[in-house]
Amino acid sequence: MIPLLRPAAPSRRRFLAGAGGALVLSALLPARSARAEAQGPAEGAGALAPKPGTRVAAFLEIHPDGTIRLLSPFVEGGQGIATGMAQIVGEELDVPPSRFVVECAPPGPDYAVVNGIRMTGGSFSTRSSYETMRRLGATARDLMIRAAAAKLKVQDGELTTRDGVVMHADSNRSLSYGDLAADALKLKPNESVPLRDPATFRYIRQPVPRLDVRDKSTGRAVYAIDQKVEGMLYAAVQHAPRLGTEPKGLANEAEVRAMPGVHSVHRLPGAVAVAADSWWRARKAVEALKVEWTAPKASGLDTVAADFSSEIMLAALKASTDPGQVAEEKGDVAAAFAKATKVVEADYEAPYLAHAQLEPPSAIARFDGNGTLDVWLPNQMPEVFQTVSAKVAGLQPAQVRIHSPMLGGFFGRHFFYEASNPFPQAILLAKATGRPVKVLWSREEEFARDAVRPLSFSRFRAALDPAGQPTALEVRTVGEGPIGRYFSMMMQTPVDPSAVEGIVEKPYAVPNRRMTFTKVAHPVNIAFWRSVGHSMNDAFYESFLDEVAQAGGQDPFALRMALLQGNARHRTLLSTVAEMSGGWQRGPYRGEGGMRARGLAMASPFGSETATIAEVSVEGGEARVHNLWIAFDPGSIVNPAIVKAQVESAAALGLSSVLFEQIVYRDGVRQSQNYDTYPVLRREHMPKVHVSIVESGAPMGGVGEPGLPGVPPAVLNAIAALTGQRVRALPVANTKLSSV
Amino acid sequence: MVNLTINGRHYSVDAEPDTPLLFVLRDTLGLTGTKYGCGIAQCGACTVHLDGQATRSCQVPLESVGNQTVTTIEAIEQDEVGRKVVEAWVALQVPQCGYCQSGQVMAATALLKQTPHPTEGDIVDAMTNLCRCGTYNAIAAAVRQAAA
Repeated sequence: MIPLLRPAAPSRRRFLAGAGGALVLSALLPARSARAEAQGPAEGAGALAPKPGTRVAAFLEIHPDGTIRLLSPFVEGGQGIATGMAQIVGEELDVPPSRFVVECAPPGPDYAVVNGIRMTGGSFSTRSSYETMRRLGATARDLMIRAAAAKLKVQDGELTTRDGVVMHADSNRSLSYGDLAADALKLKPNESVPLRDPATFRYIRQPVPRLDVRDKSTGRAVYAIDQKVEGMLYAAVQHAPRLGTEPKGLANEAEVRAMPGVHSVHRLPGAVAVAADSWWRARKAVEALKVEWTAPKASGLDTVAADFSSEIMLAALKASTDPGQVAEEKGDVAAAFAKATKVVEADYEAPYLAHAQLEPPSAIARFDGNGTLDVWLPNQMPEVFQTVSAKVAGLQPAQVRIHSPMLGGFFGRHFFYEASNPFPQAILLAKATGRPVKVLWSREEEFARDAVRPLSFSRFRAALDPAGQPTALEVRTVGEGPIGRYFSMMMQTPVDPSAVEGIVEKPYAVPNRRMTFTKVAHPVNIAFWRSVGHSMNDAFYESFLDEVAQAGGQDPFALRMALLQGNARHRTLLSTVAEMSGGWQRGPYRGEGGMRARGLAMASPFGSETATIAEVSVEGGEARVHNLWIAFDPGSIVNPAIVKAQVESAAALGLSSVLFEQIVYRDGVRQSQNYDTYPVLRREHMPKVHVSIVESGAPMGGVGEPGLPGVPPAVLNAIAALTGQRVRALPVANTKLSSV
Repeated sequence: MVNLTINGRHYSVDAEPDTPLLFVLRDTLGLTGTKYGCGIAQCGACTVHLDGQATRSCQVPLESVGNQTVTTIEAIEQDEVGRKVVEAWVALQVPQCGYCQSGQVMAATALLKQTPHPTEGDIVDAMTNLCRCGTYNAIAAAVRQAAA
């Protein structure tokens, strides 16, 4: 782990919610970069220590034909951020989003617009940069006006803009931005420019078509896997069966070296590789290699041992007696339990998950004669990959150029996860061969080395009063989250927010609460996975809340409404989702083709709020989900079509995870090799998804992930309503459901 | 050397006979619109047309192509049905990450060429490609729109 970030804020949640921008970068982003200094004061003093998101020239190229190239701080991977950025900047710049070409910017301090850091993740992009990017567009428009005023010899105030043209109505003269750009960028930007009145918005809040849809419908979109550089070799790898073991001997190296097209055979950390003149030849050759690997430890959880299994890991989480740290505490839990009429207890568990994005990871590395390195690779955090690439190559970060093409799905896959990324292999192979090298992992190697959503365990206890109301809730969470693993310097308490989110900070007024977190580290590479801790924790909590309702003889909808007394935002959402589904009815009831029932869940992920209802039947022992109704409140939005698409997409992934997905370790080895052994949601399991956006006006929340966490518990609660079976170990596919 | 007819053009390819058509298209000929997803005909990202039939090119060895004509996503708009499918995909804003969508468009075009007015059952049977972004409902709506 390379130190990436130095925090001055107590938690990711609090910090990244925008409380003061106190995060500073230690290794990655010196406040005053050599590059910024070399560029000089073209935009005044600000250029010396650019405040992220303020230097127009770092973001916008305005071309004579009226098109705009926007260098975006964010990488596009299906979430629609390129279009969203074009809408936000275009709104203030007064240029239609359709004229934008959006690319992911290279590393640089200008792009650290997520409260002082740069990443595409945590559903932070739009909400963290909305004001900044508006201001950038407005600043650029102001430069255009001032350049036009000078040229036309009129006052700024006499000029207006429309669709990339500055107009002087009195003299009927106009100049296009393209004509003005060169002069405009020589001006010192105004520190404060007025922003447009939202009542006059033409693009923000509109379902503006996505900029990349035609290219993605015609095969023209270019992903990392599609890229090629002159003279490159293709490389394929075979990883050690167990993470942490190393290649020792190659029994048939000479034979493999003689295979068609093979250039060379290599030993890499934890892997062997073949470089060849085509990837298929490289793959055939590397898979033909007979490799002797070093022996793993026989047992233990500090490494992936010979006997490591999901079962052993889960048992260790359950067996831990370490009381851990308090993650949330309110009232007097012990007293409430002492007085309880009834106590409900349940253990919940969720498996490791793969990202299983459709684009297998790849990377191209090319050393240039002048001692610099170019790397093309899928990534969500260019500066981190630049720093790590430099370290692997033995260069300074400034000598490494990072190219960030659009992503064929990510869901958290493309952070730096040490041995789970192919780019260090590409760099080592480019160094060893003296040629540019493209490493592509086969789907099987990806399933073998993807970093996984952590296997998770929480133990719940609730105290009920005679009326069946929960008076206390106690939750013990044992395990590890990806923030603690990769961004621990951002945490000022030992409680990993990514391990407990979805269990803490729930909106329900349970008067006495005590949630703890006990860290037990996994020996495997863990990852962020769409909605992170919420991906399992809301499933646990909201399922358990239904168990509490049942134990107290209450309807789950009525209980939630009661626990949300005085909480207008959540009650509105709950009412909205009930109305959307034709009024709350739990069932079971007779539907098309048999009995059905409905389940309900709420979640508060990434600054947004959701209420979800799932309608389920059981066929042949398996759950079928027919409808999902999701009321979604992200506070305010930029593009309603993209928001709805993202909520539906997240819902599909949530459904896939709760029904089917699991990475199982046995004898230190993952049991899934490809989509045949890692089933994901297919068309025949896709329900109708009904999304309603509620704009409460609360601070803008995230969009890409929050649609997910409500779906698993809504499905689990519907299954319980229908069959009486409470599935507490995910996925549902591991449980044979009874017919109804 | 193996002779291929792809998108109406003739190519001579020097590769082992067991090389999957997918990698000949992508790496030898530079037709990268066809995607590698799984290599075992599970995901359908590599779908092309062989004599008009939707086929997963990761499971088509070069030696088995023979005289069949190959159509890839790069030529799909030259086909009247393909053009309608693409327009429906754009109109309904189907793609998200987009990685599976070349294969989805190829599968949809093959379906509509054989069955111009598919039932829901036809769509379920023919459109079996995986989409990890979960665009299945948008895909089905676009197939219906292209068929209308």
